[in-house]
Amino acid sequence: MNHLSLITKREYLNKVKNKSFIIMTFLSPLIMVGIFALIGFLTQLNNDGVKTISVLDESNLFANKFENSEHTKYDILTGLNLEDAKQLVRKAENYGLLYIPPAENVDAIADKIKFYSEESPSVGVMNTIEDKIEEEARAIKLKESGLDPVLVSKLKIKVRANLETFDGQKTSKVGNYMKLIFGGAAGYLLFMFIIIYGNMIMRSVIEEKTSRIIEIIISSVKPIKLLLGKIFGTTLAGLTQFTVWIIIGSALMIGVSAFFGVETSQGPMAQQQEELIKQASQNDEAQQMFTTIFQEINNMPLANLIIMFILFFIGGYLLYASLYAAIGAAVDNETDTQQFMMPIIMPLMLAIYVGFFTVIENPHGMVSQVFSYIPFTSPVVMLMRIPFGVPIWQQLLSVLILFGTFYITVLFAAKIYRVGILMYGKKPTYKELYKWLKY
Amino acid sequence: MSDILVAENVVKNYGDYKALNNVSINVSKGSIFGLLGPNGAGKTTLIRIINQITMPDEGLITLDGEPLKPDHIKDIGYLPEERGLYKSMKVGEQALYLAQLKGLSESEAKARLKYWFDKFEIGDWWNKKIQELSKGMAQKIQFIVTVLHQPKLLIFDEPFSGFDPINANLIKDEILKLREEGATVIFSTHRMESVEELCDDIALIHKSNKVLEGKLTDIKRQFKKNIYQVGLIADNKAEAIQNLKENFELTDATFKSLNDELQFNIKIDDKLPANQLIQHLTSKGELTHFVEVIPSVNDIFIQTVQNY
Repeated sequence: MNHLSLITKREYLNKVKNKSFIIMTFLSPLIMVGIFALIGFLTQLNNDGVKTISVLDESNLFANKFENSEHTKYDILTGLNLEDAKQLVRKAENYGLLYIPPAENVDAIADKIKFYSEESPSVGVMNTIEDKIEEEARAIKLKESGLDPVLVSKLKIKVRANLETFDGQKTSKVGNYMKLIFGGAAGYLLFMFIIIYGNMIMRSVIEEKTSRIIEIIISSVKPIKLLLGKIFGTTLAGLTQFTVWIIIGSALMIGVSAFFGVETSQGPMAQQQEELIKQASQNDEAQQMFTTIFQEINNMPLANLIIMFILFFIGGYLLYASLYAAIGAAVDNETDTQQFMMPIIMPLMLAIYVGFFTVIENPHGMVSQVFSYIPFTSPVVMLMRIPFGVPIWQQLLSVLILFGTFYITVLFAAKIYRVGILMYGKKPTYKELYKWLKY
Repeated sequence: MSDILVAENVVKNYGDYKALNNVSINVSKGSIFGLLGPNGAGKTTLIRIINQITMPDEGLITLDGEPLKPDHIKDIGYLPEERGLYKSMKVGEQALYLAQLKGLSESEAKARLKYWFDKFEIGDWWNKKIQELSKGMAQKIQFIVTVLHQPKLLIFDEPFSGFDPINANLIKDEILKLREEGATVIFSTHRMESVEELCDDIALIHKSNKVLEGKLTDIKRQFKKNIYQVGLIADNKAEAIQNLKENFELTDATFKSLNDELQFNIKIDDKLPANQLIQHLTSKGELTHFVEVIPSVNDIFIQTVQNY
């Protein structure tokens, strides 16, 4: 076996066999899903109690419109004045008192409605109540102006521009959100991966330095091979962890949603979906929304996104990993790395900000375009742009620039690495690092 | 004897600092070659150049007549002064890995490791992690890894540091055995008594220059000052001393003896043969002790470095 594959294998096995790595790999998805489940559970728990809301409607326009629901009970008070009602509600420890004053017309009421409660009421409750009153008020007003509410709702026209590219690809606003989610997730994932695994490489270099094995190794292999083997091995370990996460994560997600699915709509996934569609078909708007989402996901250049994700993933990671390794070689311990981390973190943060602000605003704007070619930001920015449709040649050009930069960077990193791994004692300055490049 | 390693006019600069200035050494096949020098003299730089860890700026190094090339790595075994192992890796796995990096196949490496582990009676360490071993134990593993691929040239930098006297002896015997089997050893140390004991040839590097090189015996001859240690039983000590001082240069000396005698060092010039001196001495009293003072490596080291 040649040196590079030997080193890669060792680095890989060393990472993968590490206990904390194994625990992290198998536990994180469980923790993630567990947290989601917990949040879901807690939210349910939070809303579990039935809230009793007393209603004192002196206008007599709305009282009969409040229907009890699963979590809310309406207690209609009659024949009381406001002060008595307040005291009563307070005594009964009800959630709150809705007071609708008497008025001759609906408009006059609008600003005078009051809600009394011990603590400030939840937004959800208030929205429900306000919606109900608004709906009823509108109906009353329509009636007053002699219009038939049924007719009005029939006459209502909803305009939704059907977006289409010149190539005939249909897009929509919903689709844009989906693209944002996909692109954003891909970019952010890459960002996290670079930071986590970059640090891992850096620690591994520092470990070799502090354990003083480095000189034994590099009397057998060229430093650049050690550097590359380390980067490749860690990359593979990362990809392994990633794959496991995706497999476990999606299995768990399916499992959990199926579990909750059983509770809510009494049927396994497929059935549930059918039901959803059936439900949706009762409602034009929802149905359209539902189908658009699926259409949009299908319309998105998914294959393109996945392939490019892998390419940018590898390229971007290799680029940053070689820098992390150079930093690891330059210092003696992890606390000394701080001053050198800034130049690495900055472009990454910039990429994320450009991605989440500029690309969302205008995926093909000047800034977005430029940053999707700069190798230190292109992996994140380009990935975010791809769902919005970027010509293949531009993507390939960006990948090419990225890998070209990696090649140059790794040569420089190797120089710093080669000198740094044999330097002990003091923390080097940037000036010294520059001098090392010339050794 | 032919030279296995020749370094010619090697120059190495680190920025403005000259780490090696035109250093040449010749290491003859089958010898133990002591590479000496004060801290920071440039020994480690030279060793790293021989190991192709760093490249020289100028000069040529040949191994067995060929200029150094990457393939030579398998012909050299190097035990650096700053040495360690992966702490969380198992002993056996680690030894196998390092052996494979030196070009051994996995099965070959396993067989040879078994031989050495049996020899040092450390077979039960195979599945232990390095962090569970003591420093001396880890050093043994490092020694095995250094010699496992049976290199022609072995370079040991302070090989005995960290060993107790028993293990140091064990390692010393192994080094001598390896030499008998045909290996050449470059040996860098600050422990002069081991140089005295082991080395055939030495080179002394000081302030980036080679200041001394040659056979240890030749160098000693070169440094000897024609001084003899003398024990003399004289009836009248004061008179005898007085008399000798007129003709010779005397210095104080003490050595263990059962007699109550005069003890001193006497220096003669090259023209006077030793037996004439003996005649002269015996005329003054009974001669109990007459030994030529041979300079120790320690003396040579200090003298050379201080006078440079």
